[in-house]
Amino acid sequence: MLRFILTRVSLIIPTFIGITLLAFFLIRLVPGDPIETMAGERGIDAARHEQLRKEFGFDKPVIVQYGIYISRVLQGDLGKSLITQAPVWEEFKSLFPATVELALCAILFALVIGLPAGMLAAIRRNSIFDHGVMGISLAGYSMPIFWWGLILILVFSVQLDLTPVSGRIDVLYYIEPVTGLLLIDSLLSGEEGAFASAVEHLILPTIVLGTVPLAVIARMTRSAMLEVLGEDYIRTAKAKGLSRFRVVALHALRNALIPVVTVIGLQVGVLFTGAILTETIFSWPGVGKWLIDAIFRRDYPVLQGGALLLGIVVMSVNLIVDLAYGLINPRIRHHR
Amino acid sequence: MTAETMEAPAVAAPTATPPHPLREFWGYFSANKGAVAGLIVIVLVVTVALLADVLAPHSPYATDTSIALKPPFWQEGGSLSYPLGTDPIGRDILSRLIYGSRLSLLIGIVIISISIVLGTVLGLVAGFTRGLTEIFIMRLMDIILTLPSLLLAIVIVAVLGPGLINSMLAVALVILPHYVRLARAAVITETSKDYVTAARVSGAGTLRLMFKEVLPNCTAPLIVQASLGISTAILDAAALGFLGLGAQPPAPEWGTMLADAREFVLRAWWVVTFPGLAILITVLAFNLLGDGLRDALDPKLKR
Repeated sequence: MLRFILTRVSLIIPTFIGITLLAFFLIRLVPGDPIETMAGERGIDAARHEQLRKEFGFDKPVIVQYGIYISRVLQGDLGKSLITQAPVWEEFKSLFPATVELALCAILFALVIGLPAGMLAAIRRNSIFDHGVMGISLAGYSMPIFWWGLILILVFSVQLDLTPVSGRIDVLYYIEPVTGLLLIDSLLSGEEGAFASAVEHLILPTIVLGTVPLAVIARMTRSAMLEVLGEDYIRTAKAKGLSRFRVVALHALRNALIPVVTVIGLQVGVLFTGAILTETIFSWPGVGKWLIDAIFRRDYPVLQGGALLLGIVVMSVNLIVDLAYGLINPRIRHHR
Repeated sequence: MTAETMEAPAVAAPTATPPHPLREFWGYFSANKGAVAGLIVIVLVVTVALLADVLAPHSPYATDTSIALKPPFWQEGGSLSYPLGTDPIGRDILSRLIYGSRLSLLIGIVIISISIVLGTVLGLVAGFTRGLTEIFIMRLMDIILTLPSLLLAIVIVAVLGPGLINSMLAVALVILPHYVRLARAAVITETSKDYVTAARVSGAGTLRLMFKEVLPNCTAPLIVQASLGISTAILDAAALGFLGLGAQPPAPEWGTMLADAREFVLRAWWVVTFPGLAILITVLAFNLLGDGLRDALDPKLKR
């Protein structure tokens, strides 16, 4: 087991270096002089230009620059935002919980609907229900979620006036961040109506972000279930006279879940990609919207640091899923 | 693909000769109703794109503020000369959607062509050379795969500058690893087969082996991936357009149209609804087609 963990952990080192190289060169690949580009149309005087050049270390050889960059990153120094002058890491830290909250709700939503739907579709193979689930999930899989969000706003916020259009919570409430997850913080604050407001604001973004994972999970559960249901031990269980429910829920589901768990792990990248779009539509104050805003403000340190941090988060989650998978399934562990 | 069909036992028993590969392929493909539906939609979209000049009732760029935000014809205040209504500066939405199909198909095809050509070459090189070159190429692809695809595309566009060409390059690069992996895996299975050894013994050079012998036998998975990939490409390019990083206004790109229409969502449902519907239908059609192609071309599912 230790060997398995060590191999997996060592495998991410080249990936980590790759991501830092990407983030490092990002700011240097900007066509033209990066400092002038950052300054934008306003222009910049020569003295300030020279000062910034020194500050960014552009006067040194590239290898040295990269070395300096890496050592700074490893110390947690990702530079400062050009707009707010706040350290990138601090901004990321304060915005990340919003994205996590949204992503967690979305994956939960996808699981709660996707797993049973996929299971039922497999049990009633070729029924109308099965065709319906497969059709809907194919549509979900093909969904441009930025449009989906607008349509949901159109129907639920504009026509039916049920849910708010943007933000995380009504401006009436000020919630002291404890965990950063507003659902929990609003409960802890004890303010009346705060929790309900937070839930209201979460509903539409959760559905939008959860749609693609939902489709993937339903399809995956169905096919994994179909495969398992054809196995001999299922026939044995049935022949023993076990109830249909016991066979499906205890014998089949447990094995069908193995590939599904992997797929859920792989959805983390999809979730962050979707979060960028979802947060933009709903003005959700998370890291996705922060990154997009940084692009339009030419705030390169934010873009560089943010992309690096998100890359590291995805990489770490993938690693954890990998390790957990080895823990659940000994066959994977002993493969190498 | 041909090699696989030759090995497969003739399915139609009465005739002594196996059916022509194309006919056999069509037999499997047409059994899948969804795939046929997808194909029909794609043929329709392609026709619309080709005949855009004839079909579009108006110029996609002609603005007329006196008719701004006209609703579709079935709603009060709409008229048949603007069947799907007009946008905030009085452009005909139907005409823009029609010209947009041209742009979206072009985007999809260009992106896929770039990543297939580049991906196949890199995959062939990795599969043939092995050793350090292979490790370098494959690790690079792993890194690209680790990052969320749209995030990477956004970062690339942010560096190169927003625009249609740059967004296409970015998406092409992001989906590249799938083709490299496919091509490499196919090469590794194929090179151990006798016909490659035979060709090598008879003196064929590496380039000839790569492109004349091995490549034709790796095409099936690449075709399937290409069809599924076009949908991803169109979707990602539209997402970049929506974020203001892809095609720039006034180009009638569907994602860009949505971005322009966003602030009018409260007043005019049609400016938001139709472009997204166009994206959804096109992407869905390519996904259906891809699923059908996979089932028809995958020898494992054949028997």
